[in-house]
Amino acid sequence: MNASWREVAACAALAASVMVLSGGVREARAEYGDVVMNNYSDGAGMRPVVFPHWFHRVRFRCKACHTDLGIKFKAGGNEINMLKIIDGQYCGACHNGSVAWSVENCDLCHSAKPGTPTQLHESTINLLGGPGTSAAVTPAASPMTAKPATGGRK
Amino acid sequence: MRSRRGRRRSRYYLWLLLATLILIARTPVAADMARRWLPLVKDGIHDPKSPALRLLQQPGEALSRLPADVAGSQVNWTAALEQGRINPRTNILPETKIRVLDTDILLNLRGGTPIVRFPHRQHTVWLDCGNCHEQLFKSKAGANKFSMQLILQGEQCGVCHGAVAFPLTQCGRCHNTARDKPLPAAAVRGS
Ligand code: HEC
Ligand code: HEC
Ligand code: HEC
Ligand code: HEC
Ligand code: HEC
Ligand code: HEC
Repeated sequence: MNASWREVAACAALAASVMVLSGGVREARAEYGDVVMNNYSDGAGMRPVVFPHWFHRVRFRCKACHTDLGIKFKAGGNEINMLKIIDGQYCGACHNGSVAWSVENCDLCHSAKPGTPTQLHESTINLLGGPGTSAAVTPAASPMTAKPATGGRK
Repeated sequence: MRSRRGRRRSRYYLWLLLATLILIARTPVAADMARRWLPLVKDGIHDPKSPALRLLQQPGEALSRLPADVAGSQVNWTAALEQGRINPRTNILPETKIRVLDTDILLNLRGGTPIVRFPHRQHTVWLDCGNCHEQLFKSKAGANKFSMQLILQGEQCGVCHGAVAFPLTQCGRCHNTARDKPLPAAAVRGS
């Protein structure tokens, strides 16, 4: 690509005015890599799950989960549920009372605002909402999901 | 084949997106240099009414002790690991073989922005070869067709960068090698 930097400057000015007009500059940043999982939780009357990457990567390298436990790089894409967890898969490989606290601490995992869709929270990509991106990954169809979570539930 | 105008328009969007990114990157840095982390109750995803909020660790409590960065989680995770400030476990299964590789690949050799020197070592201390090869990237120098546009859409390097690893607003951390100087001899030439 051989584009001129004048082109960039023009776009920067344009983007700046768009952002000023829409008041779009964010001052709060919370890009921690938190994954919200809500394929089934809303439908089951539980708060959705928050998985904090920042907390776990202090203790485990990516490969511990994404290789040993076979967790795919896709928010909501592993279709994790309680049966699998109690069976020792995914979260259940550690949250079993030996590597980490066990599954009976429901609230510690199920801590999101009801109605929060499955997503990787505040990623650059979500923030931009640019072409070809979506704010949330559409959850896999499941008999337990009554409808895709969008609105706020009481 | 795409029309010339279509190509020009998509290039225009790419630049617009990049300019916006640079602005997003610059603004908070200029606004304040001090690191601040939102408490869980205000992060937009935790339910303020959840009883867990009293028990869960606040990001600031853990992250303020780690080497600083200006974007994303505001932690330089490469430095945190290299300086031994954290020593995360490499495996859960006892039989797992830990594989680390120390070669650098030069990418973006034909672009206008600085060359991208991709370091295997800083990646393989965290990740296994299988996290990238052969699905995400073929393990052959020059065999992959990279595109900044796809990266910005969360593909290729953007699967992790802008998601869990340092964000895409830190252009210079990937575009890290000057074009007008002799290329680093030890690095493998990619595309
Ligand atoms: C280690 C974390 C963790 C703990 C602890 C936990 N859950 Fe879950 N739970 C999950 C995850 C992850 C999902 C999938 C979330 C989704 O996609 O909606 C889930 C889904 C569910 C679902 C819906 C799907 C299904 O399998 O039925 C219910 C109901 C549920 N949990 C109840 C509970 C209850 C009750 C407890 C406490 C006894 C509990 N959970 C403890 C992580 C956890
Ligand atoms: C303790 C386990 C664990 C560790 C350690 C971990 N991850 Fe994850 N990761 C997960 C889980 C769980 C998900 C969500 C899967 C789901 O929702 O089905 C996830 C999702 C992801 C995603 C997908 C996000 C998206 O855009 O949809 C990426 C990328 C990712 N992780 C990268 C990393 C990187 C890079 C590291 C190391 C710095 C890492 N992870 C460390 C458990 C882990
Ligand atoms: C590789 C092991 C491992 C896996 C897999 C794992 N965790 Fe954890 N998790 C831990 C450890 C260790 C802790 C810290 C336990 C302690 O402090 O005693 C923890 C703590 C947590 C915490 C509490 C964080 C805090 O602020 O105290 C949450 C929430 C959590 N995990 C959710 C999950 C969910 C949801 C999953 C599955 C999607 C999961 N974890 C998978 C090891 C794991
Ligand atoms: C995660 C690493 C990464 C980050 C961060 C990144 N880039 Fe790139 N960029 C690449 C790679 C790899 C290519 C090579 C694509 C190719 O070969 O065409 C590239 C290509 C480009 C190109 C097209 C080729 C050229 O040089 O003209 C532009 C323009 C570009 N990047 C600008 C940026 C800007 C501006 C930023 C910051 C907003 C940025 N990049 C951040 C990895 C990155
Ligand atoms: C974060 C992603 C990532 C991880 C993890 C990773 N690689 Fe790579 N690898 C790449 C990229 C990107 C290239 C450049 C390919 C190109 O030039 O198109 C590459 C290139 C290669 C090449 C060809 C270049 C050369 O040096 O001859 C080999 C061989 C290779 N990788 C082996 C490995 C092995 C072995 C591991 C594990 C120890 C590994 N890679 C882990 C991303 C990764
Ligand atoms: C599978 C996840 C993953 C992919 C794909 C990936 N990276 Fe990374 N990258 C990481 C992680 C994790 C780190 C450690 C630093 C961090 O977390 O911020 C890192 C660090 C880096 C560093 C910084 C080294 C330093 O000195 O701090 C560079 C440069 C980099 N990546 C470039 C790239 C480029 C270019 C690509 C695409 C060709 C790429 N990465 C693809 C996960 C990934």
